[in-house]
Amino acid sequence: MIRTPLRPLARILEARARGENPDAIERENKRLRHETMRDQARVRAEGRLLVLGVVFFAAFAVVGVRMGLLAGSDPSEPRAIAPGASIVAQRADIVDRNGNILATNLATHSLYAQPPLMIDPKAVARELARIFPDLDEARMVKDFTGSRKFVWIKKKISPEQMQQVHDIGDPGLSFGPREMRLYPNGALAAHILGGAGFGREGVQSAEVIGVAGVEKYFDDYLRDPANGGQPLRLSLDLTVQAAVERVLAGGMKLMDAKGAAAVLMDVHTGEILSMVSLPDFDPNERPRQQVTGDPSDSPLFNRAVQGLYELGSTFKTFTLSQALDEGIVNPNTMIDTKGPLVWGRYRIRDLHNYGSSLSVTTVLVKSSNVGTARIAQRIGGVRQKEFLGKLGLLEPTPVELVEAAGAKPLFPAKWSEISTMTISYGHGLSASPLHLAAGYATLANGGQRVRPTLLAGGGTLGDRVVSEETSRQIRSMLREVVVHGTATFGDVPGYRVGGKTGTADKPKPTGGYYEKKVIATFASMFPAEAPQYVLIVTLDEPQDTTGPQPRRTAGWTAVPVGAEIIRRAAPLLGLRPEIEQAQGFGVTLTAN
Amino acid sequence: MRSFVYVLTALAVMALAFWAYRENYRTQAALDNVERLNRAIGSLREQLAMQNAEWAYLNRPERLRELAALNYDRLALGPLAPEQFGQIDQVSYPEMVLPDIVLPDELFKSILAEADQPAQSASPTVPVEEAASASAVPEALEEALEAQDEEAEQ
Repeated sequence: MIRTPLRPLARILEARARGENPDAIERENKRLRHETMRDQARVRAEGRLLVLGVVFFAAFAVVGVRMGLLAGSDPSEPRAIAPGASIVAQRADIVDRNGNILATNLATHSLYAQPPLMIDPKAVARELARIFPDLDEARMVKDFTGSRKFVWIKKKISPEQMQQVHDIGDPGLSFGPREMRLYPNGALAAHILGGAGFGREGVQSAEVIGVAGVEKYFDDYLRDPANGGQPLRLSLDLTVQAAVERVLAGGMKLMDAKGAAAVLMDVHTGEILSMVSLPDFDPNERPRQQVTGDPSDSPLFNRAVQGLYELGSTFKTFTLSQALDEGIVNPNTMIDTKGPLVWGRYRIRDLHNYGSSLSVTTVLVKSSNVGTARIAQRIGGVRQKEFLGKLGLLEPTPVELVEAAGAKPLFPAKWSEISTMTISYGHGLSASPLHLAAGYATLANGGQRVRPTLLAGGGTLGDRVVSEETSRQIRSMLREVVVHGTATFGDVPGYRVGGKTGTADKPKPTGGYYEKKVIATFASMFPAEAPQYVLIVTLDEPQDTTGPQPRRTAGWTAVPVGAEIIRRAAPLLGLRPEIEQAQGFGVTLTAN
Repeated sequence: MRSFVYVLTALAVMALAFWAYRENYRTQAALDNVERLNRAIGSLREQLAMQNAEWAYLNRPERLRELAALNYDRLALGPLAPEQFGQIDQVSYPEMVLPDIVLPDELFKSILAEADQPAQSASPTVPVEEAASASAVPEALEEALEAQDEEAEQ
């Protein structure tokens, strides 16, 4: 570029000759030069603005087009990201403590019909009625020929049935994939598992939701995809559960009882190894809740958790342990047992007359109502209620079943002195067998509160309820009951069973008590000197008819069943029988 | 020189384009493969779940109990009972009957002897040592029998 000089000599001389100011020429040239520079700068700035504008336009256009594409296209999973453990089933398995499957899923199909696509609705209905005898042909004909566009026929069908339906060959019949819940062990642990059903249903899939038991209690956990299919491990032992169920069912039949329940619990952790309620049901085909009749007679009713019964003399153990713990008595203190004990319009009697006085141990061994009531009088109602509360007998059990929260023990609103006396031997307070198991486990493990649980691993022990010494005394007293007392049929060689019987008359719904209907309970722990397990057996309306007179006391009904359960279950639990030391010289107590 | 650089650049662009094209297709193929494998894993897992369910169903206590009852004559399986716990020294192990140890040089000798006199040998595989011990055994037996006889007389 040729730069124009500010003071061109030719023009300066010319201007000087004309007498003009040559500086004007310089200023003029400077102005021109500045104008040129300004024009150039403007062009450059305009160019930059344009580029900036184009860049912004392009950027916004890209964002806009991308948004439009994302909004307009079908969603797809990212292909390049390697997925971790993919979800197999929508509901996690449930396994027992050893990993045996209690509940799992099975892929099946559902069957539905689209009547507008059907070629021969009547033939289809006839064929379907042949394949599925439970379907009503006339009803299906009505559905298929009416105005309906969509009809569910079956929610779950087997592969064989699916093939048969395929063979009908009608385009109006279609299948949708379905996941179903399978309980491979049938009725085993039915009350604990509960059952599952379908929630919201679509053609391609359906929700599987728990309807009772742990399936419902852990519904959110089981359906949480974040768990990655991790199974829910329960504290149950499949083998022990099967053995207990079998023995209890046999015992129930033998004793002519209409129901039975058993709870086997680890005293140190509160883990429930086996919990049975009979009659039971198959959770694969969970029956509907009965609308009529007594709900507690339904097979769906979990007697071990929901059944609130007056558990009779098994409560004497609690009364005596409180009295021992508070130092009111010692095992050898003599208690006045002269009966009947009259209190207002109530009379407390014993089964037999046990004479004028018995030691505390003998009160338990012979199960004297009068003696226990007298001890309870010394304890007093307020402290008794507090003690039973500490054992967890006045509130629902914290076990992981939806039904448990509803089973709140029944006790009089006004804890009067007569209530104190009757509750001391187990009348006037209704609790479930599971409550009793937790209470006995607390006394058995050295006195620390046990909270029953169904999860493997168990919970930690709670606050101390009674001292180690009291626990030891009460265990040796319970052992005495089995060796010399009301539960002699409960002795299993090698396992040193300790326990207490309880026979309570059943209350009539109209008030008062039945004469010949009882609840027989056997609460036991083994081995007695260092218990590991607590077993509660409850029979509803049992009677032993082998003798000349029907016998209904727990000693003749629940105790032999409990002993057989221990004999079968203890080896399965890995407990080695111990050879007991032969009794040396000693005084043998005889019944009078 | 400059034109050479241009040609080189053009060739490089073509080569890179070809490489990118191939890589793109290989990536697509790898992704398809991954997807197919994932599907296969999914269906295998489903089958595994099915097999587990079937295993659990076949091993349900009720069925095992029935099988044990049906096959009682053969297996004599009953419920576990407390009496079945025992001490380890209560187990009666079967008496061990072991053949004599054969040393390699003896075996070799016997084979050589066999090769020398093929017609004569009555038991060709018996080692030479055993023939000697066979004669020793009756002596020991006779002694034992004599000892027994003496005891009987006493």
